[in-house]
Amino acid sequence: MIRFDRVRKVYEDGFVALKNIDIEFKEGELTVLIGPSGCGKSTLMKLINRLNKPSQGRVLIREKDISNIDPVELRRSIGYVIQNIGLFPHMTIASNVAVVPRLLKWDKARIDKRVDELLRLVNLEPDTYRNRYPSELSGGQQQRIGIIRALAANPDIILLDEPFSALDPITREQLQDELVRLQQELKQTIVFVTHDMDEALKIADTIVLMKDGDIVQTGRPERILRHPANEFVKSFIGEKRLQTETADELYTVDEVMTENTVTAYPTRGLAEAIKLMEKRKVDSLIVVDRNHTLLGYASIFRVLDRFREENATLSDVMIPFEHVVESGTPITAAITLMNEHALPYVPVIRGARFAGLITKGSIVRHLADVYTPVETTDAVIPEMAAAGMEAEQLSQEQKGGGAI
Amino acid sequence: MDMFFRYVGENWIYLIELAYQHILMVLLAILFALVVGVPLGIVAARVPKLANLILGLANVVQVFPSLAMLVLLMIVFGLGFTTVVIGLFLYSLLPIIRNTYVGLTQVDPAITEAGRGVGMSSLQLLFRVQLPLAMPFVFTGIRVAAVIAIGVATIAPLIGGEGLGREVYSGINMDNPARLYAGAIPAALLALLADLFLGKLQRRVGQGKAA
Repeated sequence: MIRFDRVRKVYEDGFVALKNIDIEFKEGELTVLIGPSGCGKSTLMKLINRLNKPSQGRVLIREKDISNIDPVELRRSIGYVIQNIGLFPHMTIASNVAVVPRLLKWDKARIDKRVDELLRLVNLEPDTYRNRYPSELSGGQQQRIGIIRALAANPDIILLDEPFSALDPITREQLQDELVRLQQELKQTIVFVTHDMDEALKIADTIVLMKDGDIVQTGRPERILRHPANEFVKSFIGEKRLQTETADELYTVDEVMTENTVTAYPTRGLAEAIKLMEKRKVDSLIVVDRNHTLLGYASIFRVLDRFREENATLSDVMIPFEHVVESGTPITAAITLMNEHALPYVPVIRGARFAGLITKGSIVRHLADVYTPVETTDAVIPEMAAAGMEAEQLSQEQKGGGAI
Repeated sequence: MDMFFRYVGENWIYLIELAYQHILMVLLAILFALVVGVPLGIVAARVPKLANLILGLANVVQVFPSLAMLVLLMIVFGLGFTTVVIGLFLYSLLPIIRNTYVGLTQVDPAITEAGRGVGMSSLQLLFRVQLPLAMPFVFTGIRVAAVIAIGVATIAPLIGGEGLGREVYSGINMDNPARLYAGAIPAALLALLADLFLGKLQRRVGQGKAA
């Protein structure tokens, strides 16, 4: 869709902003340009709508060299959203949104219809907002207008230059979600500049990491997290993010489960079962056969219900498990399962054989192992707090995951 | 005081005529100053190299004492109405150029970039974004220029012009305070009214932005 062919940008004072950039932005993708300030990401983006022009090399859109296209025409066909929003303060919201259609000389009825449609797209009631001025809107609302202004003439390319960096975190999250939603609906090619890694990971189809006018690494967020190209990428992603990602992925149920469980054969009588529970201080037994194949469980209530029947055995009262996890499953999947079905525990099987049990206790023990406090007593409290936060984050992610 | 009211009562038609000439000179001068000054202000804002030259020249004109300037102009243009209008025009230039310049340069660069980014041509950017946003400043310029011009116009009779100044000088020459007041008070009122009216207009122009 958009291709950079050996593009170099040198400013008049000799500063090399971009060194020999070759890159392609794929059609219908949301590509995030990210890097520390001064890395050339904004410069690169502004080459696309000719707010900058390359010193060497070519920028092509659909294989057409854009230096042959009239810049004004070109810009009208590309949506552009800037960090400082840049709404025209002397124009109403409707006029702001209608800027490009008016430049393109659409007729009035069509413009009015389009404005209402766009306002609804970002959940702003047209009758309420149409005739207001930008200064009457909150920052988040203003940037929503900034975005729909860019969408107004249905451009198939949209450039966003750190659009959300001036917003408070909550508004920023909302707008990120809206942007992703809009992109999925409208399928434009989006180039998004940011210096916020969380933002990039959240919204990007492809991340382009830049440093000192060079592209350091390009790839799917997942790939960049798993295989950072070098130390710079690692440090930019942040050790912590890498850490938690690996923690989530690498730990499987096998490491977390407790093997110290109370099992019983189905042939056991109920009195024996009660004795066993008393002795091991548990409220249910895992029922397995002689090959250790998982059959089900018997809770103390079920056992007591049928206690009078002298010939009854565990096989009569046990209930098969509705949910089990295979050995090798990531622990996060097991936690999701437990949260979703409100299970107190979930058994782990290898083949058909019972291997162990994931309980809330075993998860907490595992977390304590992973985030071992450092030796000095001073550090103990913050570390514990951190472990608690991770656990909370984990469960929040689970909920989020459930909603999708 | 009594004499003053009697004088005004007897000569009000003449006084209105003088006030009308006064206003006419000022209006014409401001109008020309707008026609010349706004484009100069735009050029100054767009071509930074010329900014110093343009603003400097306008400044030089401004610091000339008004009487000296009018006398110099009289040497070139002779006595009369035109000379006065030219003098007032020169005096009005600086506030208008400077305020147009300031108004245009204070436009948030983000807004200018947004304008360029959505595909406005240079002229569209100027007329649809920059000038409207500079309007409150331009109006301040007009307001200042008008008040100055109304004041300076009172010395017009010295170089053959008309206006309320005529009554002031007659009053001085004939040692007639009633006539002096009959010229000076309306001239002062005129300046106050102009300031008030243009201030209101300016607020209305700036409304979109301030609201």
